[in-house]
Amino acid sequence: MLTIREYKKVESLEEAYTLNQKKSNRVIGGMIWLKMETLNVGTAIDLSGLGLDTIEETETEFRIGAMASLRALELHEGLAAYTNGAMRESVRHIVGVQLRNLATVGGSLYSRFGFSDVLTMFLVLDAQVELYKGGIVPLSEYAERPKDRDILVRIIVPKKNAKFNYQSVRISQTDIPVLTCASVKDENGYRFAIGARPARAQIYAQPVDKTAEQMAEAVRAEIKTGSSLRGSAEYRRHLAGVLVRRAAHALDAE
Amino acid sequence: MLITMTLNGKKVADDVAADTLLIDFVRNHGCLSVKRGCETANCGLCTVFMDEKPVLSCSVLAARASGHTITTLEGLQGEAAEFGAFIADQGAEQCGFCNPGFMMNAIALFREKQDPTDEEIKEYLAGNLCRCSGYEGQLRGIRAYLDWKKQREEDAQ
Amino acid sequence: MKVVNQPLRKKDAMQLVTGQPVYVDDVTPRDCLCVKLLRSPHANAIVKSINKTAAMKVPGMEAIFTWEDVDQDGRRYTQAGQTYPEASPYDRLVIDRHVRFVGDVVAILAGADEKCVDKAMKLVKVEYEVLEPVLDFHTAKDNPVLVHPEDNWESLAPVGADNRRNLCAHDECGNGDIDAVLADCDVVIDRVYHTQACQQAMMETFRTYCEIDTYGRLHIISSTQIVFHTRRIVANALHIPKSKVRVTKPRIGGGFGAKQTAVSAVYPAFVTWMTKKPSKIIFSRVESQIASSPRHEMEMHVRLGANKDGIVRGIDLHTLSNTGAYGEHGPTTVGLSGHKSIPLYGKAEAFRFTSDVVYTNHMSAGAYRGYGATQGLFAVESAVNELANILGMDPFKIREMNITHEGEIMPAYYGQLNTSCALDRCLARVHDMIDWDNKYPCRDMGNGKIRAVGMGMAMQGSGITSMDVGSATLKVNDEGFYTLLIGAADMGTGCDTTLAQIAAEVLECPLDNITTLSADTDWSPYDSGSYASSTIYVTGKATEKCALELRGKICALGAKLLGCDKEQVSFDGREVRVEEGENAGKTISLSDIATASMNGNSIELQATVTHSSEISPPPYMVGAAEIEVDTETGEVTLLDYAAAVDCGTPINPNLTRVQAEGGIAQGIGMTLTESVTYDDRGYPMENSLFQYKIPARVDIGKIRVEFENSYEGEGPFGAKSIGEVVINTPLPAISDAIRNAVGKRFYELPITPEKIAMAALEKK
Repeated sequence: MLTIREYKKVESLEEAYTLNQKKSNRVIGGMIWLKMETLNVGTAIDLSGLGLDTIEETETEFRIGAMASLRALELHEGLAAYTNGAMRESVRHIVGVQLRNLATVGGSLYSRFGFSDVLTMFLVLDAQVELYKGGIVPLSEYAERPKDRDILVRIIVPKKNAKFNYQSVRISQTDIPVLTCASVKDENGYRFAIGARPARAQIYAQPVDKTAEQMAEAVRAEIKTGSSLRGSAEYRRHLAGVLVRRAAHALDAE
Repeated sequence: MLITMTLNGKKVADDVAADTLLIDFVRNHGCLSVKRGCETANCGLCTVFMDEKPVLSCSVLAARASGHTITTLEGLQGEAAEFGAFIADQGAEQCGFCNPGFMMNAIALFREKQDPTDEEIKEYLAGNLCRCSGYEGQLRGIRAYLDWKKQREEDAQ
Repeated sequence: MKVVNQPLRKKDAMQLVTGQPVYVDDVTPRDCLCVKLLRSPHANAIVKSINKTAAMKVPGMEAIFTWEDVDQDGRRYTQAGQTYPEASPYDRLVIDRHVRFVGDVVAILAGADEKCVDKAMKLVKVEYEVLEPVLDFHTAKDNPVLVHPEDNWESLAPVGADNRRNLCAHDECGNGDIDAVLADCDVVIDRVYHTQACQQAMMETFRTYCEIDTYGRLHIISSTQIVFHTRRIVANALHIPKSKVRVTKPRIGGGFGAKQTAVSAVYPAFVTWMTKKPSKIIFSRVESQIASSPRHEMEMHVRLGANKDGIVRGIDLHTLSNTGAYGEHGPTTVGLSGHKSIPLYGKAEAFRFTSDVVYTNHMSAGAYRGYGATQGLFAVESAVNELANILGMDPFKIREMNITHEGEIMPAYYGQLNTSCALDRCLARVHDMIDWDNKYPCRDMGNGKIRAVGMGMAMQGSGITSMDVGSATLKVNDEGFYTLLIGAADMGTGCDTTLAQIAAEVLECPLDNITTLSADTDWSPYDSGSYASSTIYVTGKATEKCALELRGKICALGAKLLGCDKEQVSFDGREVRVEEGENAGKTISLSDIATASMNGNSIELQATVTHSSEISPPPYMVGAAEIEVDTETGEVTLLDYAAAVDCGTPINPNLTRVQAEGGIAQGIGMTLTESVTYDDRGYPMENSLFQYKIPARVDIGKIRVEFENSYEGEGPFGAKSIGEVVINTPLPAISDAIRNAVGKRFYELPITPEKIAMAALEKK
């Protein structure tokens, strides 16, 4: 059970940062997962007054506030066009509209859950996270770091000449995934982010000259999978091959 | 802590604990339509509007809702009766326990999409579980309601 | 018929769709004691010591009850809602020093609010002597570890129970020489099927409020299907006179059998009886998942013999059922696995059905829609589908050749006559609906996707033969509106409406002229409760007879007021008219009769009729599924589910249809996703709706239901039951479709994508 002693809707990032240095305090995002934890929080730090819920699109990048909802990602036309619909595909299975109106991109990335569709998707977007003190760091690096007490301010997605695809396997449509696979093809080749292994998503890069089958075989051989309630390590390894091959075909298709 | 919000069109002020959830706050303020079906944000029974957007009131702090506009089915009785009649005509309300959350999210859908396809309806309402109906009766009721609305608009023109 | 067989709105529909406060937690006070249960973290343990001193110091705490407050040598009780003497053993104490599953009750805490009780819960110090648990139901019988070693364990009915062998029940029955018949068959399908425990997962969790009423009695307001049984259960549990207990149910947020067990009532009852203060318990979803009354896990060994021509000649079934730590519904559910599957095959010369029901250290199982028939039908129907494959016959054809027909005796259905049956028409209808001939067995869609179809049949009962009791009271009020009092429980199923439809048909009045009230042990006429598919067939018949009797009384008073004999008058629902004699043509309105009945009158305008049936006419059903299987990922997409139901006359076609659609959706969940499993210490894994996935609307494809009605002479207006039969067909139908898609048959549910993908991979 989650208990909270005090609540503070902060007026600046500095205030949020200062409060967040105390170990018992916590930043609340959409509060979906936080609420399910058994946790005694001193002060709940609410960033919802800082205007961080917007998605800005420029010529060169998307600037997504940490408090932007998953529903906002789903509905954003610019993101849809840039990702060939992959962004929407990556979040539309997540429980329901009402949950996606609450869950935030910042909360999703900070939590770094193994089953996170959002983390899987943003990894292939070459996203960077902007931390209040820590500056701008690649998401791939941030995801590997232990959770710290900095404030995640926004996510920056650079625009590149690339094509994207998103796939997942789920036992039922609104369940968390058994395996996720976000993929990108650009001038450097293919990269596949595979999550819900069940551990956190990781990137598997493949050169342009391989066939879909070869890439599938390579990832299948390389990937580390584990077992959970939703699937065995062996099944997940098999799925990784299937999804990589399908993703490669989709990326190659006109 | 003292919070104030507009609940179903009325200003409400109250002293709450920092961890009071919006679902408990609104139930304590007479909005008993709002139901709790799980603790894991999976069932959709507790759906309310926060500033016109459907959200799960089980996962919102009352404190965070301070300064916002909250609407429950108690505040949408006209729409609930108008649309609900079509659900009732299918017998799809069944036990009724999931109905308020379902009605709220369906109303949100109608406001967002004038003419949704069956697939869009299903996807929008995917987070509203119902264990009685098998969902088909709800879909028939929604279709009948949308057809009726369309007919009414055509008749008005 | 003007009211019966009409798709009328449920009487409470508009209240429900507009979100009015009608459920337990809405209609009872908020400022009462909050009751919560401290539950065992061990699957099998003895509470060595329990210290509540620190917990009781939490401000607001009222009481903490432990095993020390309950006579451990006192008579045990069962929470099963069944007619006394219950088949379920008396194996529970309100709080037992010996805890038998993860989630068993260690202490009852009551305090001013949830916060203080939660705080106190953490401060109760318990020391356990942890014992080895029995977690595999295959090894439970005659296991040296006894789930119920205690001397005061008691079995009231001759069900073959023996706590010294971990046996909750054992039975053997049969007809003909099954061994000889099977030895003579061309083909014998010999398979073992396994069905998992499943949760009813009704949206409203278990909950009960209690208070001491004006007369010093314990008033229980509970979300229950069984008010009368709950009165007995609570009195037995607390060792208090039944006269001291009153049980009422308001609207119920779903039941599906879960609330045929008094899962929550006993605990606040204990608190309120001890403290004399109002109290309330609301189960969390976690509690509803881990300490409730799920479907019995069963393993069924089927030997089904047939000749090459496809005639099924004999069925031998042995069922092993896992009742968990307590025996609720254990001895009875198992019987349906055979008695409601084998009788479908009317040409069989012999059958044998044996069963063991065993105790384990899982949560107690209970009643869930289908009640054992679901499990048995999965096994037998899957065996027949396999037989069809082996013989190269069409599954529909083989059914047409074998099914039971109206007018036949059904030896495996307790020797009862098949009084009404449109199973043949259901087969033909579904065959057309799904376009079987063009789709069977499968079509390769390319890209690893295969579309396939599969089918299955089902039956159930309509109430428990010569046991279930239904009653109705009808009375005439001012201006001639009626009140219908029943003890049956509308749990969303609509019986407050459908029973009123039956009364309105007889009384020739609009549905709105009848107000239904249910259910309260103090003022409802006795009813066993709403379970076993009994309400329409048993209570419905009582209602029909009651309305007829009330017509007679209306005529009697009308005749008296018109100055003639009651034999001389008729009643058309609006007025009593003199048909013969000197006053012929004179009339008096029902309204005037009602007014007169309240002034100097001694003819009561009220009737109560009780009914029980010596038969339990089965409803029948056929279902077919069309699925698309992604053979690489193993994902199954349900495209279409077509079903035809014979429930006799549908009293309310809308509600009958929604019952069928809802039941099918639950069957889909059981086939593909839902399962209750335990880790090696006995911890239940699916403890939330996050981990236990019931179908969402994006999971079920299209469900289409049509009706092929027979007419059941013993039922009200020809009706049989509908509520349970509808859950049964998806299990065999979908699993057969999966077999037709990937070439491998699965004998264990649920059939997950992993099982399918790995099987397809192996085949490659």
